[in-house]
Amino acid sequence: MINSHDILETINMIDNENLDVRTITMGISLLDCMDSDIEKSCEKIYDKICRYAGNLVRTGEEISKEYGIPIINKRISVTPIAMIAACCPTKDPVRFALTLDRAAKATGVNFIGGYSALVHKGFAPGDYALLESIPEALSRTEFVCSSVNIGTTKAGINMDAVEKMGRIVLKTAQETADRDCIGAAKLVVFCNAPEDNPFMAGAFHGPGEPDCVINVGVSGPGVVRAALAKAKGCNITEVADLIKRTAFKITRMGQLVAQEASRRLFVPFGIVDLSLAPTPAIGDSVAHILEEMGLESCGAHGTTAALALLNDAVKKGGVMASSHVGGLSGAFIPVTEDAGMIDAARCGALSITKLEAMTAVCSVGLDMIVIPGDTSAEIISAIIADEAAIGMVNSKTTAVRVIPAIGKKAGEELNFGGLLGMGPVMEVNRYSPAEFIHRGGRIPAPMQSLKN
Amino acid sequence: MRAVITVIGKDMVGILARVSTICAQNGVNVVEVTQSILQDLFAMIMMVDISKSTVPFNELSDQLSELGKELNLTIHTMHEDIFNSMHRI
Repeated sequence: MINSHDILETINMIDNENLDVRTITMGISLLDCMDSDIEKSCEKIYDKICRYAGNLVRTGEEISKEYGIPIINKRISVTPIAMIAACCPTKDPVRFALTLDRAAKATGVNFIGGYSALVHKGFAPGDYALLESIPEALSRTEFVCSSVNIGTTKAGINMDAVEKMGRIVLKTAQETADRDCIGAAKLVVFCNAPEDNPFMAGAFHGPGEPDCVINVGVSGPGVVRAALAKAKGCNITEVADLIKRTAFKITRMGQLVAQEASRRLFVPFGIVDLSLAPTPAIGDSVAHILEEMGLESCGAHGTTAALALLNDAVKKGGVMASSHVGGLSGAFIPVTEDAGMIDAARCGALSITKLEAMTAVCSVGLDMIVIPGDTSAEIISAIIADEAAIGMVNSKTTAVRVIPAIGKKAGEELNFGGLLGMGPVMEVNRYSPAEFIHRGGRIPAPMQSLKN
Repeated sequence: MRAVITVIGKDMVGILARVSTICAQNGVNVVEVTQSILQDLFAMIMMVDISKSTVPFNELSDQLSELGKELNLTIHTMHEDIFNSMHRI
């Protein structure tokens, strides 16, 4: 018989500590859907997605019921659409976005990611048109998410793309200004984007991936916080061990769900993403874990160290629990999606500069940060460049998902509802980076030795 | 295939009888039962064999959740693999 303490511990994690599987994401390659006739290409895309993912939502719900674990999201990621759009260069790529949206509705998933381009070293056919179409694509669709990779450690940073993305982020927010600028919440600018990430808005199915694959993202900040709450007075070594043990259990659950989904859908298992992904719900916050470690508020001096410890311990605990680990893996710090971060930003304890420092040690980057609507495109580009530089030099993924709140100033708030949450507008540094941004060109790839 | 039924809530007469009746009606064999008091709450854990169950897992789970609502108890029905994978290497 299984130990009754273990059984009750699992039940308590699910009932009271918000333990869940955040997402089952099916990655689908669209490379065989290319066609010089955009109509034909869209038809192939729609048919393939519906054929492969038709049972995804139902299977997710069945697994959830049988194992008693909430599986919050079922999603789809596809080959970066710029690669497909390259085949029909004179046509408007928004057609692809509308097709993806229709397929998402038909399959019942919450999001579909992959309206993306990989331009870290330069622009290939299809890339320019796709980038310029992002604002319209995100304003005319409900479920489509977009991402653009503008830098890697091996290629450097494409500053022409950085310059463009500042304008595109701003324009996307402007075109959805009547809906709390939500378009910008579905657009991520990456450095070192992973090809197997199951989390939105940055999920896409990389060109090195198989035809179809199941990736699972776990969650569980509430479980880690509750474990730490019982460990008052422990030293940091003990705290790290406790987080590792908890992360192990959470990840085992994710691994089980991933294997089961893969078996039932006849699709190979890809990876488990070991991330602590917060939600705006009380008790599901990464900021509260940091505060449980002994900080008065997230954003206080010491936050970067606490986050570094958390991020590393989650990975160490999770790695042994899963046969394949990938995606972003670590602790997410999306401001509007985390009750503790929202509070810290509101009271002024957490600033963008502190968040930038935190991104050097956490798993993603400047995520879900609301900035004033009158921020210039050049400042947004410069935020992207800074963040990409941190990722490039440290050989890690970084990303920027900022939402310019059109018509709003620091102190006012945006509310997206649902998992995307809400948050106060945070002030940015207004000194102009315009000349630097307009130079264009490429930041060369960094040294990989002499690391001081 | 085995499942774990957990019942958590205020102790009262007949909980075990009501839960086992549902099991019996659906051809589910009770393999083992343990009871304990957890922070003033009654906690019963039943290991059941569902390989000869006459209803799909979802339906069994729904019937037991309904009973839970009626008796003001929390009843979970979960596949045993979840506990094996989380707590055993």
